[in-house]
Amino acid sequence: MTSATIVEPKDAHPGYPTGLRRWLVTTDHKDIGLLYMGFSAAMFFVAGMLALVFRAELAAPGVQFLQGSLYNQLVTLHGLAMVFAFIMPFATGLNNYLIPLMIGSPRTALPRLSKWGFWLLPLAVMVLLIPFFLQFFGVGDGASQASWTMDNTGLDMQSRLGVDFTIVAVYLFGISSIFGAFNVIVTVLTLRTPTMSLWSMPLFCWGWLVVAFLLLLVVPVLATAVGLLFADRHFGTHFFIASGGGDPILFQHLFWFFGHPEVYIVVLPAWAILPTILSAFSRKPIYGYKAQVYSYWAIAFLGSIVWGHHMLAQGLPLMENLYFMYATFSISVPTSVLIFCWIGTIWRGAMTFETPMLFALGAIVGMLIGGLSGVLIPDAGAYSQYHNTMYITGHFHYPFFGAAVLGMMATVYYYLPKMTGRMYNESLGRLHFWITAVSFNVTFLSMMMVGLAGMPRHVVDYAIKYADWNRVISVAAFVLGAAQLIFLYNVIQTIRGHGEKAADKPWEGAVGLEWTPSSPPPS
Amino acid sequence: MLIESEILKMLRKSCLSFLLLACLGGSAYADWAFNFQPAVAPLADDALRIHNRFMVLVIALFVSTMAVMAYSLFYHRKDKGFKPAIFTGPTTPTLWVLSALPFIGLVFVDYVWVGVPAYYAAVTMENTQEGADLVLRVTASQWKWQYEYPAQGIKFVSSLSTPLTQIYQGAAKGDNYLLEVDNPLVLPVNKKIRILLLSSDVMHAWSVPAFGVKRAAVPGFLRETWVKIEKEGTYRGQCAQICGTNHAFMPIVVEAVSVERFAAWVAKKKAEQEALTTSAEKVWTKDELLQHGQGIYEKICISCHLPGGVGIPGVFPALADSKIVNSPYQDASGRLIKDGHLDRVLNGKQGTAMQAFKNTLSDVDIAAVVTYERNSFGNKTGDVLQPVLVRKLR
Repeated sequence: MTSATIVEPKDAHPGYPTGLRRWLVTTDHKDIGLLYMGFSAAMFFVAGMLALVFRAELAAPGVQFLQGSLYNQLVTLHGLAMVFAFIMPFATGLNNYLIPLMIGSPRTALPRLSKWGFWLLPLAVMVLLIPFFLQFFGVGDGASQASWTMDNTGLDMQSRLGVDFTIVAVYLFGISSIFGAFNVIVTVLTLRTPTMSLWSMPLFCWGWLVVAFLLLLVVPVLATAVGLLFADRHFGTHFFIASGGGDPILFQHLFWFFGHPEVYIVVLPAWAILPTILSAFSRKPIYGYKAQVYSYWAIAFLGSIVWGHHMLAQGLPLMENLYFMYATFSISVPTSVLIFCWIGTIWRGAMTFETPMLFALGAIVGMLIGGLSGVLIPDAGAYSQYHNTMYITGHFHYPFFGAAVLGMMATVYYYLPKMTGRMYNESLGRLHFWITAVSFNVTFLSMMMVGLAGMPRHVVDYAIKYADWNRVISVAAFVLGAAQLIFLYNVIQTIRGHGEKAADKPWEGAVGLEWTPSSPPPS
Repeated sequence: MLIESEILKMLRKSCLSFLLLACLGGSAYADWAFNFQPAVAPLADDALRIHNRFMVLVIALFVSTMAVMAYSLFYHRKDKGFKPAIFTGPTTPTLWVLSALPFIGLVFVDYVWVGVPAYYAAVTMENTQEGADLVLRVTASQWKWQYEYPAQGIKFVSSLSTPLTQIYQGAAKGDNYLLEVDNPLVLPVNKKIRILLLSSDVMHAWSVPAFGVKRAAVPGFLRETWVKIEKEGTYRGQCAQICGTNHAFMPIVVEAVSVERFAAWVAKKKAEQEALTTSAEKVWTKDELLQHGQGIYEKICISCHLPGGVGIPGVFPALADSKIVNSPYQDASGRLIKDGHLDRVLNGKQGTAMQAFKNTLSDVDIAAVVTYERNSFGNKTGDVLQPVLVRKLR
């Protein structure tokens, strides 16, 4: 492949395909980014609706309309779809769109690989969902019931179809994110504008560079784990089957070696964009740029050696429990360096509160609660009251939704004028923020409360004493879901050209190369 | 300011409508507990103490960080005419020291304030053998617990006793809905009990919050934990590891009694088990077997094969008109037919939720339930399986 075929300078390219062909053949980083974002946003609504279905079932004690098997499948699909089909690809879409603009390059380094990564996603989602629908036609026993972690391998062995499809889907998602990771690494390292050193590139590029290396480190391990599981299921091996000399706990080690860094893979892109937004609306430079970069690397390193705190209840040896506990505590330091720097960035600024700023501030609070509620969990002396309760469910939705999703929404509002050339509706944006912030916190704080009171997670039905909290959680979850329709409406209206025309740099305090080209950037 | 009032208005509106929705239907149960269940064992005491130590600091950290943020949000804003500063890091040595302080504090909290008590708690938790007065063996299987006291020679299965009508048909729910079992575990107070955990199929986790105990039962491996109950009473827990369709329906109920009452219970339970062995030797009538079998079916088999033996197509096979149920279970020379009805019940089917019931059901139970299944749901084999035969074939 010569560089002439890779580079398609769209500005000077009147024959650039339009309509459907544009989306099929594009190698333009902005179009690929939009494909990623559009598709994964759709998956956000699909996965969200799955959650609302089982939240409706959980609104009152008793099994109303969802049997245990279907409930487990919905929980599993909600987790898998949110993580693999929404958050990760959405962040990939952002990097495709933004990184070249931020580093002054007309393209990403490997656009075709990136596009390949994108087209694997619809396929993967289909593979993931097919067994769920097949069961209604009497084929198979539905999707996997083993939750998104699949870590009860005996349970995986009992499924006939669902686990196989999940494994294949995980492979496809994994290949997709590895392609995305290659693209980021090469783009960031080779395509920066000549005057931009590594130490002067935007934090978002640093964050994504770290995420890309993390992906390359841990996704193959996940593939190994599910691959061995597949072999156990079909080729008569006994990696995880105790009766054949295997060890079910080994799967958990492999899975969580992926699973814990995955948390940082999900939140780091959002963490890395927050300072940019905070600085823009505080009209003040980013505080502690280098400290944040070092924190990313520290978090990536420490995050990769603490997976065992997810397995304290599995009866690991005492020394392992102690090691994983103390190692996990250490992550609180770089994480709080980040929060310190974010607050340092707004401190003594001249703040205004447009929607992106509101979401960015919301993400700080989300991360603060997520982090503080998380330091309790790896405690090897107290884990018994947290592990596998609703407390965990409430806790991990804070970094995932509270930091990552709110952070990405901030990013979308922040760059929407740049992407569409139009301003979004500010009042609707604020309405969206306030309803989201209130209902989100009510939903997941209530989950933590009922979890501390002892309610286990993954249950289709619960004791009377947990009923009040659960009703509140369900109602708040529906409000949270409805609020996202405001978001959808606002974004669609902006894309359709409602709202006033956006300037090249619509935000007074924004800095960065991405604001130099016109809005939308030439294509 | 316009923006502020707008935000406040919206906030008020959304909060109000949310609260209205949340309170719809009123508070039917009025139970808003968010604390640990009262601790009655050393491990739970440890957990609570660490939790409280941590919580104080977590809340202090949260409040102080939010206070700094709130101050900044209130004063450092453009509409107050605040001119932005340009610093990008601590500028003077004093500021460097000041900004390092929170992190030094954090390290202290992590490794000393909580790290030290957590170390002792973790070590205590693993000290399962020293001074143990009693050994309890817990075997988990899909959706019930088997408890065995090896020294006392007692073994029984404990499973959910909440009527299905309360779960599936909206019948009025009892106080201990989903937290009640047919045979509760009985343990003496003030004795250290070493708990060995095993699983016969998939992973489960034995968890009683009031004891501070949560430990996985891993197939093929032995896990252990311990408890020393300090107060008489009834304590309830649930399986804490997703283990399939009925994960929500495998509760744990522990009755903690005085040492004397425990001894009496052991004697009674032993007598019952001996009576069971004797009753297996007598010849049962068909009606007796049908009646007993129906009870077993409704307690155990019904969760998968469903009322009327209809099953769930593609997931749990139907028993009505089933080929296996309607074919013989014994060949001409009196041997067990592989994959026949009785073999399935005794030995289960590998890789499915159908487990080997020979470990958990008595001869009478198996004989009765097989007889019941072969003569119900429209199956008319007319067979009567005697417990003695089950004993011979198992």
